[in-house]
Amino acid sequence: MKTMVLVRVAARSILKNKMRTLLTMLGIVIGVASVIVMVAVGQGARDQIRARIENLGTNLLVVTPGASNAGGVSRGAGTFNRLTVGDAEALRRESLLLSAVSPVIFAPTQAVGGEGNWRTAVYGVSVDYATIRDWSTSTGSFFDEADVRAMRKVAVLGRTVADALFPGEDPVGRQIRLRNVPFEIIGVLERKGQNAQGADQDDVVLAPYTTVRNRLAGHMFIAQILASTPSPDDIPAAQREAASILRETHRLADWEDDDFTVRDQTQLAEAAEGTTEVMTALLAAIAGVSLLVGGIGIMNIMLVSVTERTREIGIRMAVGARGSDVLTQFLVESVVMALAGGAIGVIVGYAGAETVGRAMGWATAVTPAAAALALAFSAGVGVFFGFYPARKAAALRPIEALRYE
Amino acid sequence: MTPATVIRISGITKTYRIGSTEVQALRGVDLDVDRGEMLAIMGASGSGKSTLMNVLGCLDSPTAGSYRLDGVRVDGLPPDALADIRNGKIGFVFQGFNLLPRTSALENVELPLLYARHGGRRDTRAAAEEALTRVGLADRLHHEPNELSGGQQQRVAIARALVTRPAILLADEPTGNLDSITTLDVLALFQDLNEQGITVVIVTHEHDVARHARRVVELHDGRIVRDEPVGDRLRAATGAA
Repeated sequence: MKTMVLVRVAARSILKNKMRTLLTMLGIVIGVASVIVMVAVGQGARDQIRARIENLGTNLLVVTPGASNAGGVSRGAGTFNRLTVGDAEALRRESLLLSAVSPVIFAPTQAVGGEGNWRTAVYGVSVDYATIRDWSTSTGSFFDEADVRAMRKVAVLGRTVADALFPGEDPVGRQIRLRNVPFEIIGVLERKGQNAQGADQDDVVLAPYTTVRNRLAGHMFIAQILASTPSPDDIPAAQREAASILRETHRLADWEDDDFTVRDQTQLAEAAEGTTEVMTALLAAIAGVSLLVGGIGIMNIMLVSVTERTREIGIRMAVGARGSDVLTQFLVESVVMALAGGAIGVIVGYAGAETVGRAMGWATAVTPAAAALALAFSAGVGVFFGFYPARKAAALRPIEALRYE
Repeated sequence: MTPATVIRISGITKTYRIGSTEVQALRGVDLDVDRGEMLAIMGASGSGKSTLMNVLGCLDSPTAGSYRLDGVRVDGLPPDALADIRNGKIGFVFQGFNLLPRTSALENVELPLLYARHGGRRDTRAAAEEALTRVGLADRLHHEPNELSGGQQQRVAIARALVTRPAILLADEPTGNLDSITTLDVLALFQDLNEQGITVVIVTHEHDVARHARRVVELHDGRIVRDEPVGDRLRAATGAA
């Protein structure tokens, strides 16, 4: 018996009992749809986190003071801060792969100006900072090399600071006092939003690192160096290069460990994504259980169907159907039913993911792979749960099946 | 066994076990059926005639004895081989028609062709149409069983039995569910087919039905007690009802 004929026969007998078929498929529909929604939501959450991390800047490398090791005693990361402005300048001078390098001097400050005062953080950075973080000004402009070299007292405000101190007006050209030092506001940054940890990235004042070092921070050590490469492919090489330059400037002997850490975005992202992956797997597992229940529903109906159609099986056998023909027919029926349920489930899941996405304000992503997997799985459910009833049908003896009332 | 012999059974017994009691439905039956014969198997209920029919139709296997169909030994064959024989060599007509419900006449007749393994005809639809035309239902191809009269349903069943061009047509009480007029109608069809060269075996408990055959075999308690040609043969009119 040809496959096409089998599928036709199966489709016909499925269509003859529309209501029952629909109810049977419902289990699979719900199972597949929930798997798709869960995976899509999980994927969406991961994309969201990835987007926030990419929001830090593109092709980013972050150098932080690392674990120092003095006389065999590890004192942990950041205990001995040896990252200096000189390191940043060395990287900028010597690196072939890094296209932009900026030190970040962190100075928590009470900013005074306009309407009142505001507790914020002043970041002493270089001109490259705007490039690295892919951050432009909404009004005014960023400071330039001349400002840095001349240690000019100019500042660029984050949106939050601008709104707090100068509500409803453009602060460009006005003055702000940071630790009693007057700075001229030359620009306001575009809104960047929250970072991956939920901190407000717009609550910041940027100023030339030379000015901040001399006027505000008063020390040579810096919190981090940010750098970026022109293309993501350069990151691993750039990471190694930066490390070797820094080892040299720090005069580390071969046996000494790095006293700094160079990380890229992927490494930052991985940590955050790990959590959502666990969540996604958990949700998908729960959804998988409903798929299993749907499969049992199919088996139940197929068993009823075998009993109900015993006479039909007898007729088919009387005109020459082999046991294997009957087996295949019932198997195809359950697979067709499961697949149809799976297909509807994919569509429902798609719609569900969209709805959840809208409600949560996330972009949920239904991957074709997830849809294909769900379909393949439902076909598997059809085979697995259809096999026992099909075997039962095939094992009937024709004479008994014919006599069955 | 001459080439003209289509069926040869010898020493066929069949024992059913119902609980702890054994029921002997057939107690040693020998029978030869030649090509082109029209044979009626008669007997009261419980005489074993339906059991014999099921054995002849390869729906049931005998407890002992040998069975040759069209020159091939078929007793003791595995289920798949029996299925192929039912498909290719035997056309079976039942008392209760046994058509697939909610399935058109055409599709019902096509059914055996779907399971044909060797020498299966390519165009199953044309073959089914041809068979239905042969039983006079060319204008009922797309009717479903519940839209057909009993006589018409039995004709569909006969067409289904004919469609694979079997060596033999077996009919188990084919007129049992029909009124007297359609009974004659169906018997006329069997006689026509027989005159076209098809071997027909009919099981019945009615003398009037048996008298349409050429030869009558009577069973009693699982044994053949009478085997003789029909002297006063009836000829049903074709095209009735």
